[in-house]
Amino acid sequence: MSLPKRIIKETERLLADPAPGISATSHEDNLRYFDVIIAGPDQSPFEGGVFRLELFLPEEYPMSPPKVRFLTKIYHPNIDKLGRICLDILKDKWSPALQIRTVLLSIQALLSCPNPDDPLANDVAQHWKDNQDEAIETAKEWTKQHASA
Amino acid sequence: MSSGSMSEDEFIGSDYDDLNSQDEESDMEYEQTEDIGFSEVVTEGQRRRAYEVEFTVLMLADILAAQASAASHVAGILGVTQEQATALLRSFKWNKERLVERYMDNSQEILDQAGVDLNDTRPRVFDRPEGFTCGICFDDSGSAVGLRCNHLFCQDCYSNYLTQKIVEEGECRRIGCPEARCNVVVDEQTIKKVVPPSVLTRYHHFQDRAYVEDLDNLKWCPAPNCENAVECRLPHSSFLTIVPTVQCACGYRFCFGCSMGDHQPAPCSLVKMWQKKCADDSETANWISANTKECSKCQSTIEKNGGCNHMTCRKCKYEFCWVCMGPWSEHGTSWYNCNRYEESSSTDARDQQAKSRASLERYLHYYNRFANHEHSAKLDRDLYMKTEKKMEEMQRTSDLSWIEVQFLKKAVDVLTSCRMTLRWTYAFAFYLARNNTTELFEDNQRDLEVAVEALSELLEKPIEREKIAELRQQVLDKTVYVGSRREVVLEDTAKGLLEARWEFNTNVEDL
Repeated sequence: MSLPKRIIKETERLLADPAPGISATSHEDNLRYFDVIIAGPDQSPFEGGVFRLELFLPEEYPMSPPKVRFLTKIYHPNIDKLGRICLDILKDKWSPALQIRTVLLSIQALLSCPNPDDPLANDVAQHWKDNQDEAIETAKEWTKQHASA
Repeated sequence: MSSGSMSEDEFIGSDYDDLNSQDEESDMEYEQTEDIGFSEVVTEGQRRRAYEVEFTVLMLADILAAQASAASHVAGILGVTQEQATALLRSFKWNKERLVERYMDNSQEILDQAGVDLNDTRPRVFDRPEGFTCGICFDDSGSAVGLRCNHLFCQDCYSNYLTQKIVEEGECRRIGCPEARCNVVVDEQTIKKVVPPSVLTRYHHFQDRAYVEDLDNLKWCPAPNCENAVECRLPHSSFLTIVPTVQCACGYRFCFGCSMGDHQPAPCSLVKMWQKKCADDSETANWISANTKECSKCQSTIEKNGGCNHMTCRKCKYEFCWVCMGPWSEHGTSWYNCNRYEESSSTDARDQQAKSRASLERYLHYYNRFANHEHSAKLDRDLYMKTEKKMEEMQRTSDLSWIEVQFLKKAVDVLTSCRMTLRWTYAFAFYLARNNTTELFEDNQRDLEVAVEALSELLEKPIEREKIAELRQQVLDKTVYVGSRREVVLEDTAKGLLEARWEFNTNVEDL
């Protein structure tokens, strides 16, 4: 099975011109599977952290969205214990005109702006709503503990 | 119920077009379809009974005609083409009034929402635009497709995108431009130009499905492979007091309220409650409390499976009497006799036990009869196969003609429907509070049950040549009688629901 031209081009561009704070490299034995590293954005509770993710392009890509999951533990209202991400463009708002790069940039933006009103991890979201300062402290704590390079 | 001022009786018997006392929302639903003019496939008798509702069966052609009629009406009002009107109506879930009202307020917004362009002369397909690269496949060859937002993608990718949306996601209401966060709707013209014919057929099929699903007074017949829909104009709020049973042209009888098989005389909410009760394991808990006791010291659950009343809890070693639950130390040596039974200290525990045992037995009483009729209905189906053979046999062995041996088939049909009714009378009865009207109900129920069993017995008799005429008369008489007993039960329960005569031992309206 040959790899669509689009995926080859995207992979090339990710290597040649990576987005700031993001790296994505595909596995040699499976060119649809990517190891992703996102640096915690400045001025966010995740600053200084290095987060590992996995990204997989399903057969139907780009008609279907890529599957993305955090591998590094993270204290975030839109990311659950298993690393699954609640992000509209990964679900019903997916468009085939989006790319791996735009998806990863959106995830990076999600780290800067947690959205406790559309939670995936309910307890974390509640914590964020009840006591935001304390929740941010916990997130910083987790970043130090699990995401330091 | 709605704020209607008419009594329920008049309500059922009245022409619905006169019904102006509904709230605004449902009022619109009535007007929305009232002039569509479906062709009547099933015409109900002049005088309807209390347990019957008015309904119409619609074939696919009727559904298409209804859409066309609504569209041409709207096209006339808004001064748009039939096709444009159809697209507008679809985006408004076929709610004519709301569409016209909103259209008058802000026509451009409504047109955009539905993906309709009134002076549509834009080409959809552009041949090799300059400097074009498809944002989906990253290729720059071939022709491109784009909407008024000018987001161009190559024709193959566009076709794949629409096919994915239609075939995989079953989307037919609103497909957006493939560009991220672009809200422009792909119009039907573009879809027609871009997708292969098989996908277009699917698209139209989904649109017809959506039409029936969008309208509250239409339902698909749930029978397998049946493509008809049924129209029933009763408001959903009335389904607490009416069991809206309809029959499709394919013969399947079902409830318009919940799409389940015929469950007269029990109303939908009660059926849901009963099924939940039968399905969940709340009765396991009932069994436990009826058959076991708790150690009065450590609360472990204990089932006594033999031996004397001197119990020693295996867990905490507490010794007690099984009969009175008091400590054994006060019992002396009366191992099989507890003479302390009347002691007040243990009466509470025993009361509790008796109550739960009674409630379990009550449930089992109704459930067993409910399940039994379900089972018997299955046996009836076997009986029907046998009956067919019997009918052939009768044609051979007697001088009766084919039409004259039909009495057996008719008898089995009546028998099956009566068993279905009987079955649900037990679920109904389970929730009835004990009073005089309930006793009358149970009398009717018993009469039907006795008649059903008598007919069932008659049908299982071996056929003797010389007694065929006699049997035929007996079966005919019984069939008519059983049918009339069923009518009595249904009529009485339906009237009772309308008059709020029944008193339930649970809150039926909660669901």
